[in-house]
Amino acid sequence: MDLPVLWFAIVGVFFVGYFVLDGFDFGVGMSLPFLGKDDTDRRVLINTIGPVWDLNETWVIVAGACLFAAFPEWYATMFSGFYLALLLILAALIARGVSFEYRHQNKHLEWKRRFDLMIIVGSAVPSFLWGVAFGNVVRGIPMDAGHNYTGTVFDLLNPFALLTGVATLLVFFTHGVVFVALKTEGEIRARAKRLATRAGVLTIVVGAAFLVWMAFVRSTPTSIVLSVVAALALVLAVLCNAWGKEGRAFTLMAVTIAAIVLAMFTAIFPDVMPATNDPANSLNVYNASSGSYTLTVMSWVALIFVPLVFAYQAWTYWIFRKRVSRAHVTQAAH
Amino acid sequence: MNDILDPLLLSRWQFGLTTIYHFLFVPLTIGMAVVVAVFQTAWYRTGRAHYLQLTRFFGRIFLINFAMGVVTGIVQEFQFGMNWSNYSRFVGDVFGAPLALEGILAFFFEAAFIGIWIFGWDRLPKGLHLASIWCVSAGTIMSAYFIIAANAFMQHPVGFSMNEAKGRAELTDIWAVLGNKVALAAFPHTLFACFMVAAAVIISVAAYHLARNQNLETMMPALKFGMWTMLAAGALTVLTGDQLGLTMVDTQPMKMAAAEALYNTATGKDASFSIFTLGTPDGVHELFSIRVPYLLSFLSTHTFNGTVEGINDLQAQYSQVYGPGDYKPIIWVTYWSFRWMIALGVGAVLVSLVGLWLTRKGRFPTQRWVWRIATWTVPLPMAAMIVGWIFTEMGRQPWLVFGLLKTSDGVSPNVTGVEVLISLIVFTLIYGSLAVVEFRLIKKVAQEGPAAPAEVDEETGEVKHEVTVY
Repeated sequence: MDLPVLWFAIVGVFFVGYFVLDGFDFGVGMSLPFLGKDDTDRRVLINTIGPVWDLNETWVIVAGACLFAAFPEWYATMFSGFYLALLLILAALIARGVSFEYRHQNKHLEWKRRFDLMIIVGSAVPSFLWGVAFGNVVRGIPMDAGHNYTGTVFDLLNPFALLTGVATLLVFFTHGVVFVALKTEGEIRARAKRLATRAGVLTIVVGAAFLVWMAFVRSTPTSIVLSVVAALALVLAVLCNAWGKEGRAFTLMAVTIAAIVLAMFTAIFPDVMPATNDPANSLNVYNASSGSYTLTVMSWVALIFVPLVFAYQAWTYWIFRKRVSRAHVTQAAH
Repeated sequence: MNDILDPLLLSRWQFGLTTIYHFLFVPLTIGMAVVVAVFQTAWYRTGRAHYLQLTRFFGRIFLINFAMGVVTGIVQEFQFGMNWSNYSRFVGDVFGAPLALEGILAFFFEAAFIGIWIFGWDRLPKGLHLASIWCVSAGTIMSAYFIIAANAFMQHPVGFSMNEAKGRAELTDIWAVLGNKVALAAFPHTLFACFMVAAAVIISVAAYHLARNQNLETMMPALKFGMWTMLAAGALTVLTGDQLGLTMVDTQPMKMAAAEALYNTATGKDASFSIFTLGTPDGVHELFSIRVPYLLSFLSTHTFNGTVEGINDLQAQYSQVYGPGDYKPIIWVTYWSFRWMIALGVGAVLVSLVGLWLTRKGRFPTQRWVWRIATWTVPLPMAAMIVGWIFTEMGRQPWLVFGLLKTSDGVSPNVTGVEVLISLIVFTLIYGSLAVVEFRLIKKVAQEGPAAPAEVDEETGEVKHEVTVY
């Protein structure tokens, strides 16, 4: 077994998990101003992700740690190269996370509105910037022979990366609104369904532009196939939502996100961080990875424990499978 | 070094500040998870309402604190790559593995079960719901072990070999890394100190209410529980600290010498421990000190006539082994942080000792100052932990990984001083404002006290209306 390739796949799976799961958290957060007519509505929205947002966010910690352990060079180059972007993502994740916990600690509406704003911004910023970051991974960055990023923060804000950011923002938004339709009932569910259709159409347009551009920036036959899968799943998701098949729509949105992430990973493979100035400086799965002993140890851990992790996470979702209603949140004290 | 835009200096300040801040929440999370689990278990077994009240009351404080621990923890992981990319390249093959294990084994576990615990009151059978808080606790303790094992590699690198071609350390034995003797010594010391912090929170909160003669039926048992926990955890922290000290002498003698500012190698009676010293600013000449003879010998070797190596000798040794350079940490920092760690920790234990004496056999002290001191217990073990970690990390300098990589060689070469200054300012502003909100919230919840006993169905023992939502 080619261990660096296996770990490239595992890291890919963790990022898929992160973007599929925290993706709808971001979408729910961004939907507050559109779907939350009053405080009760907003509480319903937040409670759809209440028991799981922290778990979902943990995926990025695990993805990051696996990146560090399996591909130290990739981790070091990417995280130091995208310094300010990651700083903003961190600030946003902090703001969002504490707001979920703080907003209900005080009954004053003014207090709650402040934290609502932090949830909205804290969800939108990472949705956009993760796209920008991965857009740059696909596009490649200028690097010296020591694999240090040699550009500036403004080089990262190139048109392709910015489009990637807008695409991920819209995909996560639609994903989250579809999730709201799946997890709520009554009027808010109907509103979410209508909003998902409108947002979905916009997402299809921008998403298609992004996928086509990516095919020209960097592609392999596999990444093209995955891009087509992503596009089809997205269109079907929007249709299913319009037909009132919320479960299917949500599953298809998850497929869309997974396919996009995997398309990006397969587009660059075997590189993990292409250099735009000199291909000799590129990082690939081999020159960026840890030694075979480390990868073997981690493979055993992953093999034994990741299925267990999947199992209890699935069980969590099963426990909280019921839809959240206005009555449910108002009958509880807090 | 005096350049304000020196990325190394700024990155060090940023890592120090964000780590200290993160660690304000971590010990409380680790300690409180157990406390809440114990209260809930007591309720589960006895069915007494006041245990449920205590579970939910301290559970609220625990959760406000938990969120901060989670979000500030992500910053810690990202910073290795962001600010210390050369360090990440150098040790990633070894250091990354415990972090990945921590994520897969511990973080997922605690994050899943914390959600289940918070929102599962009305959705799970009582026993399963109780199990979920114990799972959270197990997750926090496991994660503490992995991160301490990772840190132990920096203090005392084991289980690796150098790959000269790639210029990095590579893992050769994961069990050696996880079984590092520094980790085995530091883990229990840290864990018991976490319980001291949790105990202090209980003492402080209970004292606040008891001083006002309110919530006696819940707060008196809580106070007793807190004080006994403090006493036991304090004693264990001292014992394990002693073991950690021996390990330190063995693995990092310079750190022990720096803890005492011992410049010249000393034996037996001369290997004294100074409780207080006034000296020249560089610490080389002392003007006045209070000393306990033999004590440093005992702390370092467990004998009264042992020899403790001094800074000058070690400096000479290290210069030979590692080449010319300055191998001394900043002595006044190590000297005072070591003393303050001990003084503050002992102070916290004294509070519980005096408290247990004053409340013996149902007595209830009426002096206001007694309650005031008890209310202010929290800062003692918390500050002790912080200066303890400052000692541990500053005492390792100039090394980032002892004997292998200097701190100055670990910083990201391509991140500019301006960028680090920006991030340092951003983190300071965010953390500062959140600290204010956090402190006020915890204070408010603590002062409100436990909610009225929950409605319990007398036939089934089921709790009614225990629905938790945001």
